[in-house]
Amino acid sequence: MQEFFQQLANGVAWGSIYALIALGYTMVYGTLRLINFAHGDVYMVGAFAAYFLARALGVGTVTEASPLLAAVVLLGSMAICALLGILIELLAYRPVRRSSRLTALITAIGVSLFLENFGIRVFGADPKFFPQVIAPRTITLAEGVLVTNHQITVVVVSIVLMVALTLFIKRTRTGKAMRAVAFHRDAASLMGIPVDRIITITFAIGSALAAAAGFLVGLTNPKIEPLMGIMPGIKAFVAAVLGGIGSVPGAMIGGLLMGISEYLVVGYISSTYRDAIAFVILIAVLLIRPAGLLGRNVAEKV
Amino acid sequence: MLWRRVAGGVIAIAIVWAVEWAASSVLNPYIYRVLVLCSINVILALSLNLVNGITGQFSIGHAGFMAVGAYASAAYTVYAVPVWFGASAGAGWLAAGAFLIAILVGGLVSALAGFLVGLPSMRLRGDYLAIVTLGFGEIIRVIILNIDAVGGARGFAGVPTRTNLAWVLGGAWLTFAVIRNLMKSYHGRALLAIREDEIAAEALGVPTTRYKVTAFVIGAFFAGVAGALFSHYTYLHTNSFTFMKSIEVVIMVVLGGMGSLTGSILGATLLTALPELLRFASSERLIIYSLLLIALMIARPQGILGQRELTLPFRRRRSESRPTLAA
Repeated sequence: MQEFFQQLANGVAWGSIYALIALGYTMVYGTLRLINFAHGDVYMVGAFAAYFLARALGVGTVTEASPLLAAVVLLGSMAICALLGILIELLAYRPVRRSSRLTALITAIGVSLFLENFGIRVFGADPKFFPQVIAPRTITLAEGVLVTNHQITVVVVSIVLMVALTLFIKRTRTGKAMRAVAFHRDAASLMGIPVDRIITITFAIGSALAAAAGFLVGLTNPKIEPLMGIMPGIKAFVAAVLGGIGSVPGAMIGGLLMGISEYLVVGYISSTYRDAIAFVILIAVLLIRPAGLLGRNVAEKV
Repeated sequence: MLWRRVAGGVIAIAIVWAVEWAASSVLNPYIYRVLVLCSINVILALSLNLVNGITGQFSIGHAGFMAVGAYASAAYTVYAVPVWFGASAGAGWLAAGAFLIAILVGGLVSALAGFLVGLPSMRLRGDYLAIVTLGFGEIIRVIILNIDAVGGARGFAGVPTRTNLAWVLGGAWLTFAVIRNLMKSYHGRALLAIREDEIAAEALGVPTTRYKVTAFVIGAFFAGVAGALFSHYTYLHTNSFTFMKSIEVVIMVVLGGMGSLTGSILGATLLTALPELLRFASSERLIIYSLLLIALMIARPQGILGQRELTLPFRRRRSESRPTLAA
């Protein structure tokens, strides 16, 4: 039982990261009906942005590790990635918005390949060690269940960001406009909503969340490299589909489910099956409930 | 007109072997290798086009079926051939015959996998279908990675090299012929109808699910053939069949033009050659490649050929009589 709770704790921490990435997928899909394949790579850029920021601030050499410094690094990398998201949307996705969805998908794959190879060229292909912006400590939750303060930070930061996002979407004018664009883009445009600007904001927020995930991963698994975004990106998308794509709470639940089930597989079956479990769950869910756990079934119009 | 077909086949085989003989004696090994891999990619792109371009179902798990074909045929060659054909099956006609069977084994096992995957997946549409096929592709890869008899994470060593340019050209030609003839047949029309409007096709009495699964199975068969040709050519490891490989094939199909068979050939050739041609730029080549891809999608979203086909000048009269689909 102790083993189970230990894997559960690890899974929740890891799942929060999936959830953060999945939010970006689900928001972009909600507004554009586009699988933003480059999203996992934005998360990678977020990790590297945090790495370089922490280095520039001299963490571990000039300055002491502290939560304040960590917050600066986190917000900085979120800002950089928000900018990156806006650029990607403006330069790559906007020109193909009126083309077929397949064209947009291939463009997204192109952007993904670009970010990966750009990363290899600029950051180097070898893994980098993420500086310790918060001094590591181990905390005993219960008899034999150990978590690090990093894992707790991951969960707390994720919860704060998700609550903030939910409030933003539910309570603000811009949030309302985002929901309107997701509901029906042309109708929203006719109601005077600046659709282009809302889409830009959606990309900025989604990319900032991915950057936060990148920072948090750097904190817990301090080895970062330019191809680190591929698998988490795909799995976060699966998490978004699992929860019901387009649904914000669905992405959170999907991400957590994904993280927990992965760690249970690692703990009880074999770590080699870790990458398969995500897809097994996905297929099972889609065959039983094609719209995902929290997704709405859309009736097909003839 | 059976004799014409038989004669055509004999001539085609003769041409293919002549090309192989000429290529292996004239070209340097590097270009020869690129040509072989290029032809394998042509088979993959054509077979995926049957599912994605002609039937209009978006699958991005093609590498999984390639992997099934590659490993099934390699396992057959390594474990079954020495027992059934004896140790003398190392060269000559006997080896060629054993290899032909290996290719068929690869294709058939892959087709079976395609049936098992296609039957449940084909109920889904659009992005959901895409993500489920991607999922199945990855599951297949992870399962193979965990089978120790085929090497697991070490890779499958000891598969003899049997593939040469003649085999892959023959394979590509056969794939093209089968899919082209299928497309022009009664059944091909049903597939096109499903692409154009699935609900209308269903209303007109086309059993859509059966046709979609059939197209998927045929696509998987040829992906398996491509896998068999691949596994008897170069070192076999599951890393060759990640979802990036599936994506690569999708890009070939979309770039050439969805639904255009000659487009798939063009797309596969271009995308295999492009990274090689960009070798002068060494570390920047993949950056250039990705930027070219984005630029092409913005400039020509329907792919290079769209839905049109390239035809040889002296064949044009015949192909003009083909009924065209309303856009």
